[in-house]
Amino acid sequence: MEYFLELVFSGLTRGSIYALIALGYTMVYGIIGLINFAHGEVYMIGAFTALIVATVLNMYGLPLPAVLILASVAAIIWAAAYGFTIERLAYRPLRGAPRLSPLISAIGMSIFLQNYVMLAQTPNFLPFPELIPEPAFLERFASMVGTTDLAILTVTSVVMILLTLMIKFTRTGKAMRATAQDQTMAFLVGVNVDTVISITFITGSSLAAIGGVLIASHIGQINFYIGFIAGIKAFTAAVLGGIGSIPGAVLGSFVLGLTESFATGYVSSAYEDVFAFSLLVLILIFRPAGLLGKATIEKV
Amino acid sequence: MNVITLKDCRKALLTALWFMFLTFPILVVKVNTTEHLVIWRWQNLIYVGAATCIASLLTSVYRHYRDRRGQMRQQEQQEEEAGRLSLTERFFNTPAVSRPVFATAALFFLIFPLLFSTYQVNIMTTALMYVVLGLGLNIVVGVAGLLNLGYVAFYAVGAYTYALLNMHFDVGFWIALPLGGIMAALFGILLGFPVLRLRGDYLAIVTLGFGEIILLVLKNWAEFSQGPGGISNISRPGFFGVNMPMETALNYQYYLTIAMVVLTIFVINRLQNSRIGRALFALREDEIACQAMGIDKTTVKLTAFALGATWAGLAGVLFAAKNAYINPDSFTFLESAMILCIVVLGGMGSIVGVIIGALILILLPEYLRAFSDYRMLAFGALLVIMMVFRPQGIIANVRRTYHKKDSAA
Repeated sequence: MEYFLELVFSGLTRGSIYALIALGYTMVYGIIGLINFAHGEVYMIGAFTALIVATVLNMYGLPLPAVLILASVAAIIWAAAYGFTIERLAYRPLRGAPRLSPLISAIGMSIFLQNYVMLAQTPNFLPFPELIPEPAFLERFASMVGTTDLAILTVTSVVMILLTLMIKFTRTGKAMRATAQDQTMAFLVGVNVDTVISITFITGSSLAAIGGVLIASHIGQINFYIGFIAGIKAFTAAVLGGIGSIPGAVLGSFVLGLTESFATGYVSSAYEDVFAFSLLVLILIFRPAGLLGKATIEKV
Repeated sequence: MNVITLKDCRKALLTALWFMFLTFPILVVKVNTTEHLVIWRWQNLIYVGAATCIASLLTSVYRHYRDRRGQMRQQEQQEEEAGRLSLTERFFNTPAVSRPVFATAALFFLIFPLLFSTYQVNIMTTALMYVVLGLGLNIVVGVAGLLNLGYVAFYAVGAYTYALLNMHFDVGFWIALPLGGIMAALFGILLGFPVLRLRGDYLAIVTLGFGEIILLVLKNWAEFSQGPGGISNISRPGFFGVNMPMETALNYQYYLTIAMVVLTIFVINRLQNSRIGRALFALREDEIACQAMGIDKTTVKLTAFALGATWAGLAGVLFAAKNAYINPDSFTFLESAMILCIVVLGGMGSIVGVIIGALILILLPEYLRAFSDYRMLAFGALLVIMMVFRPQGIIANVRRTYHKKDSAA
């Protein structure tokens, strides 16, 4: 039973991280219909920025909570800046081009960013500093659920609620939904489509950065390649839930996280990634629109 | 009209500042977590600033000329309706010019082993293998417009088919060659069948996932594939049982690869002008119109996808035979990315373009060893730059056009 609960918690933790990344994919896809392959790299850059800032601040002897907050803020700022710049450089000039062009551009961006971080920093794994403190009252449950697991679950829930509120109730959220429905129409009624797309990228990237900081403190080490696999898996989660749908991305992430956790716990850990991709292929065969997505028919 | 205005300069300066900010944590600060050291590399900040400033100015100049040319072209088109052909089109449409060029190139490749050392021949064989791979992927990406990011998985299927058959059953190269192709095609059909019914983007991610799965299986399932250690002592291709010395064997392999390239070119050329080929071109342009015309979308796409996979399989067998040793490291995602880069750089759908693209991208890094670390960085940037500035590639694909008999063209 305890093992089962441990797997449930680990699945939920994985799911939360996937959700933070998957939201970026699904928001961008909802608005411009593009798989942003470089999104996983933004997540990785967020984690790296946090690591660098935290290490530098640690050396100047700042207290732990201050380091944690400053590192997270820096990660969010820089990840958002990268997301914004990627869109401006690699996707905006290709709006209206054939579908294949932005996809290739995105994959190029992803390769570029991976190698940029590898060359500028290191190809090896870097240990991530312990930023999240371990309160004493949790020690009794330590075998089942770690502090970082709880932190991840809490932060993710709060972020999700904030995001939902933003999309449902603010002016920007309304503009985003309008652009997602029909870009031309939104433009005609006075929505600044370019700004909305930029905001979408910035929001998605910030979420990815939060995910990056959390997973890095959870696993304890990062390298330039973490974004690639996490990106594919988060995309799987987004497709699972129905790409373009925000609740779908969250649901899909938790389903994927739990599946992976149980599969690695009860079957084999060497094939961890194989389960995720097999799930993706199965979903595409049996329910291509995803769990919460609606099947759309392209009309002329 | 000034080529560079004050506004451009200000923009360049702002871009430079923005990128200096952007790259600051990753490029300037380097932390050594084991010894708790921080290295500040301020000089990088200056490089980034200068580079982005120049890049921004160059983009402005490019935009300026492009706009001016666009204006001129509009005027011209109003004047003479026919419109001028581009340089490449004119080249291909004048046999008096293009035939001697092609003949010289063919002759050069034929006598290559006589002119250069075995080391050079070896490199050229590798490059030609990538020509085959590039042309194979070109069927999928260039002709059919399906983004296959796990192309190397089919290459791996071909290579491992030969390696395993050779190890367990002592199967020779010539029997394994078609078998490798068939195996890869089978995998292609298995993978393509569920996905090709859907929107194109899904294919990209599923093929990417498939590539990773194949790699993981090859690495972890040691009883089947001998794991990361790989398979060695694979027989080289035989020639009616003749025992060849090392140098002759290399030259033989070179000519074998050349034969493979010629076969590939022949097949693709026939394909492009065939019923399926035209259906593919049409499908790439507009799926809905195609379906309305009665083209079976799924079957046609699946054919292209499987054909591309077959070519990867054939190239895989060739690769295993050439190296006599394979391990999973030869089949990573980077390899797929490189082949994609070849197709994109050369020109999607264009045979000559892909050949040139492969030769540039494989030979250049061989001779510029000093920059080998930056290879993938450059490939990534190249993909973005090509898409933004010249999506048709170095040599644009020339579509076959039909003219009325009495027209002047």
